[in-house]
Amino acid sequence: MATTAPTTAVPPSPKARVAVWKFTSCDGCQLSLLDCEDELLAVTEQVEIAYFMEATSRQLPGPYDLSIVEGSISTPEQLELIQSVRAQSRFLLVIGACATAGGIQALRNAADINDYIRVVYATPEYISTLATSTAISDHVKVDFELRGCPINKMQLLEVINALLNRRRPLVADHAVCVECKLNGTVCLATTRGANCMGPVTQAGCGALCPKYHRPCFGCYGPKENPNVSSLANVWRSEHGASTAHVSRTFSSFNTAAPAFAQVARGNGTVNDDE
Amino acid sequence: MSENGGSKTIRVDYLARVEGEGALHIRYDNEHVHDVQLKIFEPPRFFEAFLRGRDYLEAPDITARICGICPVAYQMSAVHAMEDALALQVEPGVRHLRRLLYCGEWIESHVLHVAMLHAPDFLKVDSAMDMAKTHPQVVQQALALKKAGNAIVRVLGGREIHPINVRVGGFYRLPDRRELLELRAELAEALTLAETLTRWVTTLSVPAFMRDPAYLFVALTHDTEYPMNLGTLRTSTGDAIAASNYEQRFIEHHVEYSNALHCLLDGKTPYFVGPMARFALNFANLHPAARTLASELGVAPPCANPFASIIVRALEVVHAVATALDLLDGYQPPSAPFVTAELKSGRGHAITEAPRGILYHRYDIAEDGRITEAKIVPPTSQNQKTIEDDLRLMLPDLMDLPEDDLRHRCEQAIRNYDPCISCATHFLTLTLDKV
Repeated sequence: MATTAPTTAVPPSPKARVAVWKFTSCDGCQLSLLDCEDELLAVTEQVEIAYFMEATSRQLPGPYDLSIVEGSISTPEQLELIQSVRAQSRFLLVIGACATAGGIQALRNAADINDYIRVVYATPEYISTLATSTAISDHVKVDFELRGCPINKMQLLEVINALLNRRRPLVADHAVCVECKLNGTVCLATTRGANCMGPVTQAGCGALCPKYHRPCFGCYGPKENPNVSSLANVWRSEHGASTAHVSRTFSSFNTAAPAFAQVARGNGTVNDDE
Repeated sequence: MSENGGSKTIRVDYLARVEGEGALHIRYDNEHVHDVQLKIFEPPRFFEAFLRGRDYLEAPDITARICGICPVAYQMSAVHAMEDALALQVEPGVRHLRRLLYCGEWIESHVLHVAMLHAPDFLKVDSAMDMAKTHPQVVQQALALKKAGNAIVRVLGGREIHPINVRVGGFYRLPDRRELLELRAELAEALTLAETLTRWVTTLSVPAFMRDPAYLFVALTHDTEYPMNLGTLRTSTGDAIAASNYEQRFIEHHVEYSNALHCLLDGKTPYFVGPMARFALNFANLHPAARTLASELGVAPPCANPFASIIVRALEVVHAVATALDLLDGYQPPSAPFVTAELKSGRGHAITEAPRGILYHRYDIAEDGRITEAKIVPPTSQNQKTIEDDLRLMLPDLMDLPEDDLRHRCEQAIRNYDPCISCATHFLTLTLDKV
């Protein structure tokens, strides 16, 4: 049986619809998109920016092919909004330490939130907030987590490209140490006894801090299967670091990432005689 | 907008093209504006709380995370305040590099606002992406200029957002000669681009509005420099206020409708910080390249039309690019990347000029360098009341506008201030109620 050829040209497939959402954050990761000075116009020719409040007044309703989410969940309203974003989005890409681990504002998770509110606000009853700041994946299924505080904009372009073309993103999951070796940067931990988080931190920044003569402070969060307690023990037994110092060093931009949280809260320093 | 008998409501629940989340609520009738509330619903993050107990060296890295648009400003105010607490003097070469770094952030932040967030208002389009279809050259040149600002921050700071090289006492590493030569080459076209952008913004149709009563401007002033890191805080009425006396004069109020604290001079007078204030109080120290262009374009201080802030902001880009080139040409490296402090307990204050205006930090530190108390007042919370007053004064003449135009004008009036809501929370749904 013969098939009938279409009598008119098939219209080109419509552009993928992309939405950018902000939750609790500093706006820096979504700014990374606007910081793609050489690529921005090419990207916006390929996709339709359907919702991106920081950049455009135009707000198109879902569904969206790709939602990019910045920020953590820290208010009652956000608990509902994230469900709605997920329901409207084919792919959900979460970007930055706030969205992937709760961000620095997750330091509240181990404190009394009411103490925090009283420190900052004269009239605490005006403030509506959750006691915790949590990662997006604690609330909905996410399709890819791009780490970093802030994210690497070239990695962001790669992940957008990969998701829209239905392929696996090429984002390395090895440690910052590998990037130091690739850069030819002399190891600060072995040569200076620096308490460097490089061995347990995911690559992506280009091992920037060691390049600038300071130890990594873990802003890309834990690498896959990090041996965090072993590193903490080395700091303590070989570098003479105090428990408080070790705990504080892990208590920063990814403090609530599970692998860092155990040390951040003073646990996980196994086989410790002190 | 709904209309029931004599009452109208216009509602925009989330203002676009500002950094962060805010709303505006206006209640008015045919004769009076009853209430203007700028609402900041950006969720609080409690920086001043969790800074307690942190090491003094962590302050620049932690406070940078208050704002992804102006992290350098936070880092600058933090290091200056810590150096004040520790009575630490940095080398002239370090101060030179800090000014250069700050120029980079002024360029990148101002160009983002002028060309990508504010200009669409004047052209009545939704975004810079739409502008790219009608004004491709403007957008392409603005992106190239923004990239030049980012290049400065990247070379000196390690990366554009949340730089990693700023340290109390100096920098972790000094840039080498090759890096600075490459940066100089990247800035070669930037001055021409900045001048072209400024000429273009003066061709935009600026809504007529003259502020009466006049603004109370507040900015740093300096004997020889257009202020960034250093200077004395002054008001347009001639008051000089020491950083250590800031909290006695500028009083923060917590209002029910906002997660940002309102700040008033002596607890009662709204004031205006940012490019318009700096321009009014420091015109003589504007770089000659920018001053000459201002004269050619007929722009003179003080500027009383907030809608013309886009021109002043563009002139500040010219200033920042020309200053960056001078700084690069005159750089003499310090003898060491940083100086270290003898730790002691104490209190330190600093005010620096963030792209959006003065940014105050105060820290109390203990003998071991641990922060015991932190106080941060960002520019946008200081401008909040002045933005509300602008709208209150502007609205009576705009009542006859069609509803979309009225709402649009209100949004544009807010963007005049380049509000940074992420910073201010500690901003915009627009509701207009006619009662």
